[in-house]
Amino acid sequence: MSVILIFLAGIAAIITWWMAQQRLTSRPWLEAGSVGDTPRYDVSSIPTAKIGLGVFLAVVGALFTLFISAYFMRMGLQDWWAIPVPGLLWVNTIVLALSSVALQWAKIEAEKHHIEAMRTGLLIGLATAIGFLVGQLFVWRELVSAGYVLADNPANSFFYLITGMHGLHILGGLVALGRTTFKAWHAEQPGKVLLSVELCAMYWHFMLLVWLVLFALFAGWANDFVDICRQLLT
Amino acid sequence: MAVVLILVLVAVASVLFHLLSPWWWTPIASNWHYIDNTIIITFWITGFVFTAVVLFVAYCVFRFRHKPGNQAHYEPENKKLEFWLATVTTIGVVAMLAPGLFVWNQFVTVPKEATEVEVVGQQWLWNFRLPGANGQLGTSETRDVTAENPLGINKNDAAGLDDIVIAGAELHIPVDKPVKMLLRSVDVLHDFYVPEFRAKMDMVPGMVTYFWFTPTKTGTFEILCAELCGVGHPQMRGTVVVDTAEDYQTWLQQQQTFSQMMASGESMTVN
Amino acid sequence: MVNIPSSIDDTVPAAEVEDVELYHPHSWWTTYVFSQDAKVIAIQYSMTALAIGLVALVLSWLMRLQLGFPGYFTFIDAERYYQFITMHGMIMVIYLLTALFLGGFGNYLIPLMLGARDMVFPYANMLSYWLYLLAVLVLVAGFFVPGGPTGAGWTLYPPQAVLSGTPGGQDWGIILMLTSLILFIIGFTMGGLNYVVTVLQGRARGMTLMRMPLTIWGIFTATVMALLAFPALFVASVMMLFDRLLGTSFFMPAIVEMGEQLQHGGGSPILFQHLFWFFGHPEVYIVALPAFGIVSDLISTHARKNIFGYRMMVWAIVIIGALSFIVWAHHMYVSGMNPNFGFFFATTTLIIAVPTAIKVYNWVLTLWRGDIHLTLPMLFALGFIVTFVNGGLTGLFLGNVVVDVPLSDTMFVVAHFHMVMGVAPIMVIFGAIYHWYPKITGRMLNEIMGRIHFWVTFLGAYLIFFPMHYLGLLGAPRRYYELGESAVNPPSAHDLNVFITLMALTVGAAQMLFLFNLIWSLRNGKEAGGNPWRATTLEWQTPTTPPPHGNWGKELPVVYRWAYDYSVPGAPEDFIPQNQPNSNRLSMENAS
Repeated sequence: MSVILIFLAGIAAIITWWMAQQRLTSRPWLEAGSVGDTPRYDVSSIPTAKIGLGVFLAVVGALFTLFISAYFMRMGLQDWWAIPVPGLLWVNTIVLALSSVALQWAKIEAEKHHIEAMRTGLLIGLATAIGFLVGQLFVWRELVSAGYVLADNPANSFFYLITGMHGLHILGGLVALGRTTFKAWHAEQPGKVLLSVELCAMYWHFMLLVWLVLFALFAGWANDFVDICRQLLT
Repeated sequence: MAVVLILVLVAVASVLFHLLSPWWWTPIASNWHYIDNTIIITFWITGFVFTAVVLFVAYCVFRFRHKPGNQAHYEPENKKLEFWLATVTTIGVVAMLAPGLFVWNQFVTVPKEATEVEVVGQQWLWNFRLPGANGQLGTSETRDVTAENPLGINKNDAAGLDDIVIAGAELHIPVDKPVKMLLRSVDVLHDFYVPEFRAKMDMVPGMVTYFWFTPTKTGTFEILCAELCGVGHPQMRGTVVVDTAEDYQTWLQQQQTFSQMMASGESMTVN
Repeated sequence: MVNIPSSIDDTVPAAEVEDVELYHPHSWWTTYVFSQDAKVIAIQYSMTALAIGLVALVLSWLMRLQLGFPGYFTFIDAERYYQFITMHGMIMVIYLLTALFLGGFGNYLIPLMLGARDMVFPYANMLSYWLYLLAVLVLVAGFFVPGGPTGAGWTLYPPQAVLSGTPGGQDWGIILMLTSLILFIIGFTMGGLNYVVTVLQGRARGMTLMRMPLTIWGIFTATVMALLAFPALFVASVMMLFDRLLGTSFFMPAIVEMGEQLQHGGGSPILFQHLFWFFGHPEVYIVALPAFGIVSDLISTHARKNIFGYRMMVWAIVIIGALSFIVWAHHMYVSGMNPNFGFFFATTTLIIAVPTAIKVYNWVLTLWRGDIHLTLPMLFALGFIVTFVNGGLTGLFLGNVVVDVPLSDTMFVVAHFHMVMGVAPIMVIFGAIYHWYPKITGRMLNEIMGRIHFWVTFLGAYLIFFPMHYLGLLGAPRRYYELGESAVNPPSAHDLNVFITLMALTVGAAQMLFLFNLIWSLRNGKEAGGNPWRATTLEWQTPTTPPPHGNWGKELPVVYRWAYDYSVPGAPEDFIPQNQPNSNRLSMENAS
């Protein structure tokens, strides 16, 4: 459970940082406003949808961190045989990274009011993300035909479970991205869809980050990292 | 007024109930009277807090209930008072936690001279195993469990052949000798619980858990399962008998070793 | 249209959406069924929660009948008994308490108390309710499938939860239960995002965090915790579904079940327990913190006095919320985990007692020198203090690792958690319903029925659960269909069980009176007016009661003060609403 605790410590740090700016030590009973005052809004200038997505990503982060926690705890038991990492996984990683880059580009072009370029960026993002999912399915097929079936070993079970969960999140993102692309085709001004594009890009970067962590986990680098941490501690 | 009276009644009746209750723990039969003492300390502290808070609320309702013309006092906070209350609470908490951790340390530190007794749970009965003449238990594996070998003892481990197996019968242990209970399960979670010994621990399939105690009283005690283990959970009872040293030896002589058990099992199948 | 001069440092926040088209629904369907109005969603959540709660109540009667009169009611066999306790527990904890506090009160109160028109993502909010309803239906479907619902206990510990020795383990029961939980969590996340982001971004002009009522603080903190804790239950549920349906071995070690070797091997049942309680312990506070917040407001309003030590109350809520993530393993002292963890978890658990105790002190100190109106909400608040203090103190027994050893898995535990997270929060729920019903419907609930309801519920519940501790002290284990002959079940204990059963039936009957009151008062209750309790918070200052979709008509409220200006010296009345500025005369007086 130490992985999730580290994750939560990070969240706690963000919350503490935010709370530190909220005057939690003020004495509200001494601060009544008078007639003629126009009190300010005490909220953030970041768009609400972005904050909403940020909170949602924290939840998704917790979800994957818990899977990783469970992975490490289960890995400590005797019957664990690591699953090989097919070469195709590298290709998929690159495809997903391309997807992320394409959306970032779409966002930058949208900010510059280049609507055609933005549309192209969105389309590339959409296509590469679908490519990633198809690629993942091929990885699954390759592993299954090599005899690494789901229930044979916990390492296999975790691999299919966690990559599946990640794929579902990409799939959910595709719905939003599809809608955004559709809107982009019907909007005259990039301004109308800028926020949606930004949100998609943000989500994509996050899912790429999650994927990189998962990839490191499956490739075994994460274990080496944990070992190094352990040695540093002892 | 009724509210005040009933609140006072709740506080007083709770204390009286505690003092007069016929439902109190079973007479202790192990060395864990430390645990009982910690519970008593906790009862004193928490009982005092509970009575004080409820009576204070009753007094407030009595003294400050609404009457025409009343106005509440205006006091947003009182740092000094809050500080003192927090300090006193902290002291109370430490007074409970410190003995608790002290006794827990004893609870998890198994004395070297403790003899091992293995308990193996299955739906819904208890099996036991004692080390044989060589003083140690052989290895075991859930995969090796068969009808003839309900504990899954490893036949190829010489250390296990002289182990004494008590399948589905009473367990005997000698009085005043510390025992380390090694707990296993072959199917689901169980929990070895003898109320008179105070100690208990879950039995988890796939691992060996343990706790230790010293029986201090001879007699027959009931083993209850304290972790839900399916529909038969309430029927999962067993018996442990604490014997004097002589009685224990007599009983021990009559028990079967693992190799004897396997032999008789085979002869039965041959017949 | 809202037209307030904005300066440069002002952003246009979510609260300040215009009186838009969305707030004028065109059909009956979008007004009452597929509504995106947080208040309608709140009522939908509450009614569904109360309906499923009624099922849980009936289940509790059935199990008490078995415990009070073992063998007398032959249709309650062991299988059914375990199905009843499982469904009762799960319904009460998740589908009633969590849903009602966050989905019900959260939805109703957050926008109103903050001066917002609605939640920030109304569409997701609506979906949240429909997913919750689907989760409830899937849960209830368990009663109608072959094998019935799961009987694994609400903790669903593997391996027994998915084996044939447990009702529903190899049938549909456990599958439906896990599916329902997964749906609930997805639905809750949609709602939870709304509650959190609305508090962050939806606050009216002048509503700083330290001017928020404690109700909002409680619900806000609980939602943040729930968003981070529920994923653990999600992970555990998905992994257990895999074990059950696809033959994996996440939680399943090698098992010989009824003489037969199963295919599983190597898994760890303790891993499930860690995941479950990583959710399960914060869950206790997910239920408790909204109750803490709401009861603070009830006490303050009905004692006509500001909540004592507001700042300390806020900090305590946040600290309790944070600490509750590092105490989960106190549910696992006798689970067989590394015993050295006991030292750490006992210490963190008992540390939580300090901020919790401070909250209790501040509630009773609010009563001190107050002007206590013994209204129904105040009565329930008093009932909460008594039951919560009782249940909280017995928590010190169970949190203190070595004391937990003899008491764990006994009726002491059952009595403890019913008192602290059953009776106490439900006292608050009732108090809150009596308090806010006039705002929701425009009418007061009947006082006489309310008083009968209070006394029977409070005293009855106390008489059920206070003596029950002593059965546990005696050693009676929990989750026993029948104890039969045993040293821990003397005849006197049997008499006590009969008494507890009779009390349980009585308390249950009183709830029928409450439900009747809810319906009866809709038409026959006294007209309430906009602010019957003369309260300061914004929900009582709406232009119309009940508030329409959009809450505030044309002008959003502007907040000038904190939520607790009761009995301010020199003020003409004993309360000053949050949206009322100081006249210059008064502010001079305050300054001097």
